[in-house]
Amino acid sequence: MKGGARGAKRSAAAPAVAGRLSHSDKLSLYYWMRLTRTLEERLVNLHRQNKLVGGLFRSLGQEADAVGSAFAVEEHDVLSSLTRNLGSLLVKGATPVEVIRQHMATADSPTRGRDLGLHFADMGRGYIGHISPLGDMVAVMAGVTLSFKVRGEPRVGLVYLGDGATSTGAFHEGINFAAVQRCPLVVIAENNGYAYSTPTAKQSAAKRFVDKAAGYGVAGDHADGNDVLAVYEVTKRAVDRARSGGGVTLIELVTYRRRGHAEHDNQSYVPGGEVERWAAENDPIDRYVRVLIDREKVEQSDLDAIDVRATAEVDAATEQALRSPPPAGPDALADVYANPSRLAPHWYRR
Amino acid sequence: MAEITYLEAIREALVEEMERDANVLCLGEDVGVFGGAFKVTEGLQARFGENRVIDTPISEIAIVGAAAGAAHMGLRPVAEMQFADFISCAYDMLTNYVATSRYRTGLACPMVVRGPSGGYVRGGPFHSQNPEAAFVHTPGLKIVCPATAEDAKGLLKSAIRDDDCVLFFEHKYLYRRIKGVMPAGDHLTPIGRARVAREGKDLSIITYGATVWKAIEAADQLAQTGVSVEVIDLRTLAPLDDDAIVATVKKTNRVVIVHEDTRTGGIAGEIAARINELCWEWLDAPVLRVTAHDVPLPSAATLEDFVLPQTADIVAAAQRVGTY
Repeated sequence: MKGGARGAKRSAAAPAVAGRLSHSDKLSLYYWMRLTRTLEERLVNLHRQNKLVGGLFRSLGQEADAVGSAFAVEEHDVLSSLTRNLGSLLVKGATPVEVIRQHMATADSPTRGRDLGLHFADMGRGYIGHISPLGDMVAVMAGVTLSFKVRGEPRVGLVYLGDGATSTGAFHEGINFAAVQRCPLVVIAENNGYAYSTPTAKQSAAKRFVDKAAGYGVAGDHADGNDVLAVYEVTKRAVDRARSGGGVTLIELVTYRRRGHAEHDNQSYVPGGEVERWAAENDPIDRYVRVLIDREKVEQSDLDAIDVRATAEVDAATEQALRSPPPAGPDALADVYANPSRLAPHWYRR
Repeated sequence: MAEITYLEAIREALVEEMERDANVLCLGEDVGVFGGAFKVTEGLQARFGENRVIDTPISEIAIVGAAAGAAHMGLRPVAEMQFADFISCAYDMLTNYVATSRYRTGLACPMVVRGPSGGYVRGGPFHSQNPEAAFVHTPGLKIVCPATAEDAKGLLKSAIRDDDCVLFFEHKYLYRRIKGVMPAGDHLTPIGRARVAREGKDLSIITYGATVWKAIEAADQLAQTGVSVEVIDLRTLAPLDDDAIVATVKKTNRVVIVHEDTRTGGIAGEIAARINELCWEWLDAPVLRVTAHDVPLPSAATLEDFVLPQTADIVAAAQRVGTY
């Protein structure tokens, strides 16, 4: 199966943009990936303790895809994250306590208990979480970046979608609209092998998702999604192109979803040995540790210190989140509209 | 002051708002060079440029989605559906994204989706629809259906300034048939308030859109038989003006609800339910509905005339309620 071989492919002839990354940037990439994984592992524990509301969607094995790409945009840029982009949100400034509260649907969660998981937004920090109908955010981000274009602002948008969402009408309409308008938008198709249980071969007859770029008249690029530096490089090229007026780029990042669609999913449809092979041979954090130690001459003890820091942050966030109250029922009636800002309860609830 | 048509009033609202606020922009299919299928946006691109009057691909999802994204960033997009029938292509974007965005994440969608709706024009199944009921059922959207030229202008200006998404259903039958003199100055009609289109004391007809004019015709005919009919033009369907509905019920005690939309699941059912809950004891007769039949709207004149509510139908219903 495409398993091990796919992820091992390297982006062809990528110029050494990663050279621009400082030593401390490179350690930051490690920190964000580690924080992502540690935070998700904590969410798994909380999920098993029945402290979360709703399902839990992991990005295990996809941390490089999320972190490397988000690291390539600036503070004033806007990204729209997807199900497995916890790392992107953390890089953009979302905090572990917000993420845990959001999964617990607490009163002080980013959506105050109205929505779950990574469905939250903060334009001040430059992120808009996705909604469950997939592909929709491509069209929304076409509009976000249209605003940059019409106002002449040197800002860029980044939107993620999965291999499955490339089959939606919203993806097609959104990328086509952005392409025609030459919006400063980077579209990342995360090919992680499966949309829920459906393998990519049943999603599209195209050999590669990036081949669709030609049909939209936009730049296409691809990279090994489990190589954080390659992800950074390919995204940075596209971000630079968008910022300099070069329009849309469609990037395919090839990665692998090591857990089920959500934690309830036992992956019965996955061929035996596939997950284990990716875990053993192509874990993005393991791979990056080797790069840091072999090429960057980082000491293992420095990485251990980062791990300790990530765990401490997640511990503190967990403690804080566990003290958060649930929202009060009547708060459900606020903020449907700006005006009126609160709707009247039915008489039997007054 | 010269009279202008309902269509010109809409254009005047767009021009005034675009002059007033540089954040207002129009986007839609053929709205730019061509000026729109009905010429509502004629001349706007020449006046405001291609960045503010944007021709789009045939992509209702992208038009509405992009309007939402632009609205998040502080722009005030006015998206045109070439025909309101095509808004169903963007149903997901409107109901799942736009309508929930403020509530979930605090990101507002101050935007207008406008376009020609309605029949009586032999437009057939895909150019005559009244899609409002499907969206009235979605919390987070506001819905406006002007019947007069004055309200077309005043409501559109209010819709553009509203901090949430307003679906603005123009009636294509009225585009060039109805004229009005625009009030001087910055003419704003409040969203959420109905209007007494004609005062009366014996019976109320509650309606909106093109059937306001049929209700007035019916009221004129009934006046000749000595029946005094009040006509309420709802103007806004979401939020409904309960106070105006209750006031007219308490005044006349007899109600006919009229709409051009199909009957089952139409707004008339909702209004009847509210009357039942809010002022049932004030009624002297059952509330009756005059609506389209529950069929797709056919093209042939004989078929369309049979399906859609006509003045004679309203008169018949009023006589029945009046003599109950």
